[in-house]
Amino acid sequence: MADGNVVTAPGVPAAVAPPATGALHRIARRQSTLAFLMTLPLLAVIGGLVAYPFFYAVYLSMLNKRMTRFIGIENYTFLLSRETFQSVIWQSVIFAVGAVIAKAMIGFILAHVLHALPAKGQRKWRGMLLVPWVIPPAISTLAWWWLFDPSYSAINWLVAAVGVPPVAWLGEPSWARFSVILVNVWYGAPFFMIMYLAALKSVPDQLYEAAAIDGATGWQKLRHVTVPMMRNIISITVLFSLIVTFANFDIVRILTNGGPQDKTHIFGTYAFQVGIQSGDLPLGASVSLFMFPILAIFAIFVLRGVTRRSKEMAG
Amino acid sequence: MAQVSIRKVVKAYEGGVQAVKGIDLEIADHEFVVLVGPSGCGKSTTLRMIAGLEEITSGEIAIGGRVVNDIPPRDRDIAMVFQNYALYPHMSVFDNMAFGLTLRKFAKEEIRRRVENAARILDITPLLDRKPKALSGGQRQRVAMGRAIVRDPKVFLFDEPLSNLDAKLRVQMRTEIKKVHQTVNTTTVYVTHDQVEAMTLADRVVVMNHGVIEQVGPPQELYHRPTTRFVAGFIGSPAMNFIPAQVENGSGALRLNLPNGIVLPVPEERTARYTPVAGKEVLFGIRPEHLTEPKNLDRQNIAVFELTPEVIEPMGMETLVHLWLQGSEVCSRIDPTTPAEPGRPMQVAADLNHMHLIDPQSGRVL
Amino acid sequence: MSATTAAPAQAQIYHKAGSIKNERRWAMIGAYIALAVFVVFFMFPPFHMLVTSLKSSAEIADLQGNPWIVRSPTLENYRDLLTQGNYVLHFRNSVIVTLCVVAITMVVSILAAFALARMRFWGSSMLATGVFLTYLVPETLLFIPLFQIIGGLGLYNNLLAMILIYPTLTVPFATWIMIGYFSSIPKELDEAALIDGANHFQMLWKIFIPVALPGILAATIFAFTVSWAQFLYPMAFLVSSENMVLTVGIVSDLIRGDTFQWGKIMAGALMAAAPPLLVYAFLMDYYIAGLTAGATKG
Repeated sequence: MADGNVVTAPGVPAAVAPPATGALHRIARRQSTLAFLMTLPLLAVIGGLVAYPFFYAVYLSMLNKRMTRFIGIENYTFLLSRETFQSVIWQSVIFAVGAVIAKAMIGFILAHVLHALPAKGQRKWRGMLLVPWVIPPAISTLAWWWLFDPSYSAINWLVAAVGVPPVAWLGEPSWARFSVILVNVWYGAPFFMIMYLAALKSVPDQLYEAAAIDGATGWQKLRHVTVPMMRNIISITVLFSLIVTFANFDIVRILTNGGPQDKTHIFGTYAFQVGIQSGDLPLGASVSLFMFPILAIFAIFVLRGVTRRSKEMAG
Repeated sequence: MAQVSIRKVVKAYEGGVQAVKGIDLEIADHEFVVLVGPSGCGKSTTLRMIAGLEEITSGEIAIGGRVVNDIPPRDRDIAMVFQNYALYPHMSVFDNMAFGLTLRKFAKEEIRRRVENAARILDITPLLDRKPKALSGGQRQRVAMGRAIVRDPKVFLFDEPLSNLDAKLRVQMRTEIKKVHQTVNTTTVYVTHDQVEAMTLADRVVVMNHGVIEQVGPPQELYHRPTTRFVAGFIGSPAMNFIPAQVENGSGALRLNLPNGIVLPVPEERTARYTPVAGKEVLFGIRPEHLTEPKNLDRQNIAVFELTPEVIEPMGMETLVHLWLQGSEVCSRIDPTTPAEPGRPMQVAADLNHMHLIDPQSGRVL
Repeated sequence: MSATTAAPAQAQIYHKAGSIKNERRWAMIGAYIALAVFVVFFMFPPFHMLVTSLKSSAEIADLQGNPWIVRSPTLENYRDLLTQGNYVLHFRNSVIVTLCVVAITMVVSILAAFALARMRFWGSSMLATGVFLTYLVPETLLFIPLFQIIGGLGLYNNLLAMILIYPTLTVPFATWIMIGYFSSIPKELDEAALIDGANHFQMLWKIFIPVALPGILAATIFAFTVSWAQFLYPMAFLVSSENMVLTVGIVSDLIRGDTFQWGKIMAGALMAAAPPLLVYAFLMDYYIAGLTAGATKG
């Protein structure tokens, strides 16, 4: 009869454990090598085309213009001493922060408005509101370029109809800065709208009902239920957009190419001008590398908050 | 005063579907009323109309004498416990319970006092600093109840609060809820699909079906004197047996003809009541506990007949015997020591003092 | 309830009577106004693009009258673009590059996502975070070193360079989307397949891909949209008009010195915007699913 765990008939050798573990080990090993092989292309792309160029850029930034000798951080000190570059830093930050704040607010409002609609209508409106994001920015910026044209601007025509004098949208520095932010907001707000809408939908209805019974008005529900539940998505979306907006190229390049008088240059366009158009690749590399620490700091702060909150609310 | 009046309330959705088809109910102050019925009967909809989470299509609901049709939930002075607890995941237990009071700008000391008091009643004081994620299902349910208690509202509303708990916890929480009601004594409207909860918790039970109220009354009354077939079959587990029968008038005394040639004599005191349906088809209703092995045969109105069991279910404290009677399943509860075997005919004693006759067309209990 | 106590209670109610309905009605009106305002704001540039593309150069140059309507519509801009110049060539280049990049992206990211989501191996979680971190290194940083590298490989001014580099932009996020979808497939499916005798590739091909098809579609759309819209890399690495893609071709070809052929530019822009818009119109749900994959699946 049964003897502990092993039931043996007389004459039959008990337990076949040792070979079984061997077979298991083989399977596990095979699986992990297979898995590794499957991720190899991904590693190749990231390693060869992202990581390697990144370090190469660091190396490049420390060479002289003809790339013949090593000059350490001279490129960086040179840049920091130039007023143009100091403005570029400032302009990039204003551009990114200003645009992201506007996009986040518009996206938040639109998400709420859409969420309040009945389902059928929601699809229709949502479809129309996402159009700016769908059109390639390099293409839609052409339309804006035409709309801002100094002589033919259709917007100025509208503005004149209410008696306001024509605006030099791209010619006057302050207006030019406003215009590039405007186009970026036009392009990026739908993204925020879609992300926030998804987040809104994931908040359980019953929490709102409980809050209603607890005595919350519409604003209080927003403050105490909606925003806390959405905080993670808000953070991630803002971070993602900050990174992408900060590193923008298309819109500024087409609309103003950094002008007038370099007043709208951001890191991307300035690096292009310095590195490729003026042929000083190492200097260009230094310009674009300037972005990296700033982006990294943003990312660390936001991600820390996100993982902390995810742990709190999970389960 | 916290009575709840529901007068001619109808709830219709777009397309004409009526979830609640005109119900009237008066709930007295301090009363514990349970709305019970199968899925889709309209009980949750009715509760949500009391809460203000659903609009009332027509009719009116009054709380404490005040008509609340157009008053938003936050001004109705009610509290609700949801099936899924609906605790705010980003707030601690204390903050969850204090939320309603914080919104109404209560003083900090008052909030603290109320929350600690409720926590004591519900035995959750050590949990006050935790977040909902760190609590078990039963604990979360208690916090949800605590949130309702601190508000000291006119009415408590419970929407199937125990459905998400496992069976054992459900029994435990049932007694907790009853204890809490005895302590705070607030008018309570409780919705469930479980008739056991209805029977054990309610002062009065409201059985609903397809948007209408079938019967209202104390649990015992619904059990012993159901007025419709639905109530008779819904209340009590295992359910009442319904056997098609024909009433025959045998010169003054009425007889009940059942399938398989079984004839049961109708108790004398009911002759007058049942004479009008003589000759008609009816449903004979009798609860399983009134179909037993032959015992106490010297009492009045006990009829014995023979049936063959199909399935035997030993429950420990009793044995359930399922017998077939030409298409109708009959369940009888016999003493666990009585021998019974599938396929072997046995004697069954029917206690006809507790019989019911039901009109198959109208569903009314005669 | 006596008559005297009822009266004050009633008076209190009356200022709230109908308050639920009123609140809701005003909220709806406000909502539709906001919607209308933003729809106008979002749609007027493409609208103007369309209007301009239907105008002759003469009408465009004419400063009188409303620039928002077409008085004598003409298709000559479209005709010219499609018959003369390099526009069609640019379109073809964009198509070729995009198709290749999408294919490469999907192969790489499906394989990697499957491995990362389902198979436990050393460093798998590290790799998943690493994928997210690649977005911290934007194209505006990479294009300078890539300029040297591409030149070194002899691929300067060559479309192959685009096919090589674009995946850096598409693969990380596509992988992330796929990881999310693959993770949501219950582990029991794996085990049932293993018992039925499938090896890993069969599992991937016959079970995962069909079940994760929505995610695959979403990732494909994402890769397509990003490739089609790319501007910086072509601008930096493609010099001669025959090798250009649409995004840079339109600008380089149609602007000679100080003369801007706006009618043609707008027509070209509209046709260039058409493929993403069409994909969006027909597959809107998958498009959006791709975007929000990160949001809802963490």
